[in-house]
Amino acid sequence: MTRMRIHNGRVIDPGQRRDEVIDLVIIDGRVDGYVHPDAEGEFDQEFDATRLTVAPGFVDLHCHLREPGFEDKETVATGSMAAVAGGFTTVCCMPNTNPTLDTANDIAFVLAAGRRAGRARVLPLGTVTRGERGRELSDMAEMAQAGAIGFSDDGQPVWDARMMRLALTQSLSHTKPIVNHCEVPEIADGGVMNEGRVSDLLGLRGQPPAAEEVMVARDIELARLTGGRLHLAHISTARSADLVRRAKRDGLAITAEVTPHHLTMTEDWILGDWESTQLPRTYDTRAKVNPPLRRDEDRRALVAALSEGIIDVIATDHAPHRSIDKECTFEEAAFGISGLETALGSLVGLVDAGAISIQSVIRRLTLEPCRTFELPYGTLAPGAPADIVIFDPNAQWQVAAARLHSKGKNTPLDGHTLRGRVVMTLVDGKVVYERQGR
Amino acid sequence: MTEANGHPGIARAERQAAPSPVGTGFFEPWIGRRQVLDLDDFTQAEIERAFETADHMKEILARPIPRVPTLRGRTVVNLFYEPSTRTRVSFELAAKSLGADVVNVTASGSSVEKGETLLDTVRTLRALGTDLLVIRHKDAGAPYAVARHTDLPVVNAGDGAHAHPTQALLDAYTIRERFGRVEGVRVLIVGDIAHSRVARSNAWGLTTLGAEVTFCGPPTLMPATALAVSRRGGSGQLPWPIHVELDLERAIEGVDVVMPLRVQIERQDGNRLASLREYARDYGINRARIALAAPHAIVMHPGPMNEGIEIDPDVAHGDRSVVEDQVTNGVAARMAVLYLLLAAGESTGTRDHGAETGEAEGPGHHRPGAASDAPSILDRRSVTPARERL
Repeated sequence: MTRMRIHNGRVIDPGQRRDEVIDLVIIDGRVDGYVHPDAEGEFDQEFDATRLTVAPGFVDLHCHLREPGFEDKETVATGSMAAVAGGFTTVCCMPNTNPTLDTANDIAFVLAAGRRAGRARVLPLGTVTRGERGRELSDMAEMAQAGAIGFSDDGQPVWDARMMRLALTQSLSHTKPIVNHCEVPEIADGGVMNEGRVSDLLGLRGQPPAAEEVMVARDIELARLTGGRLHLAHISTARSADLVRRAKRDGLAITAEVTPHHLTMTEDWILGDWESTQLPRTYDTRAKVNPPLRRDEDRRALVAALSEGIIDVIATDHAPHRSIDKECTFEEAAFGISGLETALGSLVGLVDAGAISIQSVIRRLTLEPCRTFELPYGTLAPGAPADIVIFDPNAQWQVAAARLHSKGKNTPLDGHTLRGRVVMTLVDGKVVYERQGR
Repeated sequence: MTEANGHPGIARAERQAAPSPVGTGFFEPWIGRRQVLDLDDFTQAEIERAFETADHMKEILARPIPRVPTLRGRTVVNLFYEPSTRTRVSFELAAKSLGADVVNVTASGSSVEKGETLLDTVRTLRALGTDLLVIRHKDAGAPYAVARHTDLPVVNAGDGAHAHPTQALLDAYTIRERFGRVEGVRVLIVGDIAHSRVARSNAWGLTTLGAEVTFCGPPTLMPATALAVSRRGGSGQLPWPIHVELDLERAIEGVDVVMPLRVQIERQDGNRLASLREYARDYGINRARIALAAPHAIVMHPGPMNEGIEIDPDVAHGDRSVVEDQVTNGVAARMAVLYLLLAAGESTGTRDHGAETGEAEGPGHHRPGAASDAPSILDRRSVTPARERL
């Protein structure tokens, strides 16, 4: 029997409505209970968390680990290392690999790779349609049995409304969520960024907010029709949030997520400092992401919707790429931001700005994602697996893309100073990450 | 009307205030400028410097042998990823008239076809001894990526729907030639604004010089923000300091310059136009419509023209047309650009510089004396190539 104590940290666990400075006791990889910091006791291991925050390990419902097929962008091993460095103890990875995750075997492959890596829990989603081609449904029931925790054609939408209707209907039997990347291709029309002032200025093709909103509205109506389990991936506009608000008011059991970058960045990031300094426009490909970064009005509406609970979950949409996928023209560049390791720092920035509380941020990184995908994690109640993140909410650090654990160095935050940094991450009571040079 | 919302920035103010090493004169270089990516970061003084220089270039071009050796020993590379006749030939003639060596690289028939990336191609060209790169690319921002990743002087010869600064310079120069000034001149740009780099660069260049610019075109070919502000109860902020009017008859009334844009027939993605016939009916520039403009109005076109679509042949070749002047002025304007970037380049030489050059290029860091050493292009005695006098 191994006994471990995390001493004198501020434990924030929305699942137990707990926010207090207290000692957390772990026995054999599970949370045993809580004791007063002054309490005596014999422990095999003790960690001093004075002035640090202790929370359930974060759970990311949306990331790209690129394996199999794109191992030069990321692998399950490097991606799950990046995850624990960012405080995530469970990551759900998207099936737009090569081949796509279409069968029980594919699911088993990723699960095994995750176990082999031995960092975060890696839980794959399977495809909704075979090969993400949108023509015929994948074997979702079989994949669910093999451990797929949801289904998505992410990277692209389930654009065919009939397929989406069938998938949602099918979800009544396997009960896993259908996660849709909402984008009507005919309206997005090849746009590489948000359509508006900045795209006009840069002469880039834009995708209007309506490209997303039309499909969000469609999917909400299909969920109403079928009673199926719908989860909306990375919504990015004010009106998408409104549509979700109305659907929830109608009592529909839908859920939605938003990314840290859509909560903290706008389309102006593509321009660089042009406005204030007259420096050449940067056409910053690192800020090219899909759905695109929107206007500040949208960003603020998303923060408000998250704070209200209209948006349930924060998910990173971690999308690692090679440098050459970004060192090219904006048009040619790949979509995506490497986000696992900067999520916490970005979100603490929102807390510092007074936009949202730290309790709410942690809730939407732990309790809510686990409710959404029905996962047995996300809380530190006695008896729960000891998946824990310990972070310093006051530590300032400068993002150095080259030093990220992820193979994807593609972050527009390179060189930016963030506050809030992970000190230690545990999965099943085992230290899977400890920051060097503390 | 001259400034965009929040447009005059710090760098512009500094450049304007930078001390002039010698008096005024066309041979004085642009201070702290190594690139011509778009006209948004040009001061009025910089554009006027280009005009004065172009005046002298026109004088050279009128000579029996229109050549000077000012840029002898310099290599200008035209890197064209998109088909182009007039712009490429115009740059080539401009460089040759100044005595530079010119190499033309096109996407087909080069290692680009073998999959070499833009930046690798540029690095190769730099290592081969390029002094200045003229680049045309189908993707907006491509010259910006090149400028950011190399220390080569770069001239944007058209990037996607984004910018075409030398076209805008020659347009403004042509207007100045016709009216003696640009300030206060009313310019109407008609057509496919959404995909037009010419419209965008002219929006910056002409308004910086005090002209009043209006965009007009069918709603399906207007930029998103222009459409948003023009519709009833519309709102939003335009990125350019211009007016928008969708109705051609209303827009053309009393204007001094009418500039129909080319309908990009080859780029008719997704039926943005019902038909070319309808376009010609609603937006074609013909005699009847020109009659609504000012009595002295001129017609410009960036070329190549689709006669009978955006411009009637009568108008294209009529007495209002300055299309051929534009082409001639294009060579002079590009000579001015090459000259102002290269002839004064002692302090900005490219090949022998390492990474430390960056700081020295900043506004106000111009090396004293460099400009006064610059050869007058009219003075046949001072023809030493700039690099040899280092």
